[in-house]
Amino acid sequence: MSSNLLELKDLCFAWPGSTEDCLNIAELHVRPGETIFLHGPSGCGKSTLLSLLAGVIVPQAGYVALLDTHWGDLRPAARDRHRVDHVGYIFQQFNLLPYLTALDNVLLPCRFSAKRRDAAVRHAGNLRAAAEHWLTGMGLNAQVWNRPAHTLSVGQQQRVAAASALMGEPDLIIADEPTSALDEDRREAFLDLLLPACTTTESALVLISHDRRIAKRFSRQISLPAINRVTFDGEVIV
Amino acid sequence: MNRGYLINLAWRSAWNRRFTLALTVCSIALSTFMLLGIERVRMDLRSSFISAVSGTDLIVGARTGSTQLLLYTVFHVGAATNNIRWSSVQALEQLRGVAWVVPLSLGDSHQGFPVLGTTQAYFEHFRYGEQQPLQLREGQRFHDLYDAVIGAEVADRLGYRINQRITLAHGTGKVNFGADHADKPFTVTGILARTGTPVDRTVHISLEAMEAIHVNWITGVPLPGMHIGPEEARKMNLQPKSVTAALMGLQNRATVFSVQRQVNNFAAEPLMSILPGVALDELWDIVGAGERALLLMSGLVALVSMAGLVSVVLAGLNERRRELAVLRAVGASLYHVLALLTLEGILLTMAGIVTGIAALAACILVLGPWLQSTFGLSLQLGQPTPMQWLLLAGLLLAGWAASLLPGWRAYRLSLADGLSPRI
Repeated sequence: MSSNLLELKDLCFAWPGSTEDCLNIAELHVRPGETIFLHGPSGCGKSTLLSLLAGVIVPQAGYVALLDTHWGDLRPAARDRHRVDHVGYIFQQFNLLPYLTALDNVLLPCRFSAKRRDAAVRHAGNLRAAAEHWLTGMGLNAQVWNRPAHTLSVGQQQRVAAASALMGEPDLIIADEPTSALDEDRREAFLDLLLPACTTTESALVLISHDRRIAKRFSRQISLPAINRVTFDGEVIV
Repeated sequence: MNRGYLINLAWRSAWNRRFTLALTVCSIALSTFMLLGIERVRMDLRSSFISAVSGTDLIVGARTGSTQLLLYTVFHVGAATNNIRWSSVQALEQLRGVAWVVPLSLGDSHQGFPVLGTTQAYFEHFRYGEQQPLQLREGQRFHDLYDAVIGAEVADRLGYRINQRITLAHGTGKVNFGADHADKPFTVTGILARTGTPVDRTVHISLEAMEAIHVNWITGVPLPGMHIGPEEARKMNLQPKSVTAALMGLQNRATVFSVQRQVNNFAAEPLMSILPGVALDELWDIVGAGERALLLMSGLVALVSMAGLVSVVLAGLNERRRELAVLRAVGASLYHVLALLTLEGILLTMAGIVTGIAALAACILVLGPWLQSTFGLSLQLGQPTPMQWLLLAGLLLAGWAASLLPGWRAYRLSLADGLSPRI
């Protein structure tokens, strides 16, 4: 077993219907507990890379492996299970089901993953206590726990999403521009909460953003254009 | 993932979109209503036609076309070319195997409704639908010479009650050419219960009364200068010399063809007899074009309803793209997403269908009498026909397929967009 949480090798990926590769990356790995800042201009394939890392899509050549399991070797249903067991996901916006309360939204991953449910119960005694722990940890007080998600502010919603991703302490948290809908103060405050939480759970974090100002807070920075051998013009640099 | 939670989630999600979903249910209900309603009308149109006469084994008249004989004896439409003599009617009663003969005399009308001269035996032996006898809604049969028993529609349309005085007009047109029987008014003594057949549109009087109002008439016109008052007429011989046709019942239905042959070979005058069922089928073949048009319309409505259903469900579910992406991100598999979508699709379709059926039943109950009196359509609440079951199954299938389509789309999108769909 390698010491890498996530391993990517000789990857080639093109969107269906496209004749040119979108991504061509020789190697990338993420060690457990690492926090990685992945940056690059809009449209360079950052979100595509995250989808590949999370096993939502599989590459045409090469492989991506999470905990030594190649995403491409799994059937779709098994991929879904492996993902929810080990990966927490935060979007730029709209992470929550608007008709559920903040608390119910945080509990959602544990409804689909027995592994994360067990982990949450092991650490906090019961599911609800775990959810409340992470909601508090993300700076949300008890007054908002039982409010429907659609009544929360955008900043609160992102923090609920982070609490949800942290539930059951997954090995990897993937965040796709989670702060771009927030103003500068809230952005810092959000990272002030998320980064220590990842340290606590020993989760690795891969966060993409085009905002280089927050880069210094991560343990490693990766520029996607620097590792991607496909240029913007679609040419492959060998 | 336990199944109960998935259903709970489906319910919470549906409740969140309750107004859109209510519209969807209404639209499906409307489709169901239309489809079943048209099918109901089609079926009942046919059955009210076929049920116009039953329990009569043969209809006897002067030689003419079988359809024509049926039209004027049962539907009171058109006119006979020739009458049959009273002596022939008496002879028919004597034929072996004949249980009863009811003579019919037509040709007059009241406010456009045909007048039928007949005997008390008519009320005994005439049957319609499923061998149902005629029943009086009010009053009694005719006993006095100038008594009349009217059908339910005559009563309802003209607002007649018992003891209403009416006068009959000569001929069957609605327009009165001045040739009427105003000198001999009749009194309504009975109103028949509704049958959904031409009986409802008929004024019944006795054969003797028919004779009495024509005593001073010859070949369709009153004799000039000859006036016989109603009371004088009573004293005359009112035995009819001829009638238009006769209904015949047999002791044993198996002998129907031998009796028919005897009637058709009747020596004293040329007669013909028809089997009502066979003649009704022949006639339905002619007038059934309307039914086929309704069937075509049913088909078109079905097509449009199902297309509408698919588009409504699709439009409703398209707004859930973001919701489905969130569910995928928190670990719902494609199986869960498909289950959510189809569960909702099928439940919505079923709710719509049930609402539609309930609305149709309520409409038939509430509007039934009005439809009957305005359009002469008698709609029955009853077991759905096989065709209706088929239509319902088609609707359910279309609803299910319509809900699968967004599932398929969600699957394609998750492949194309990754986990973060573009808005």
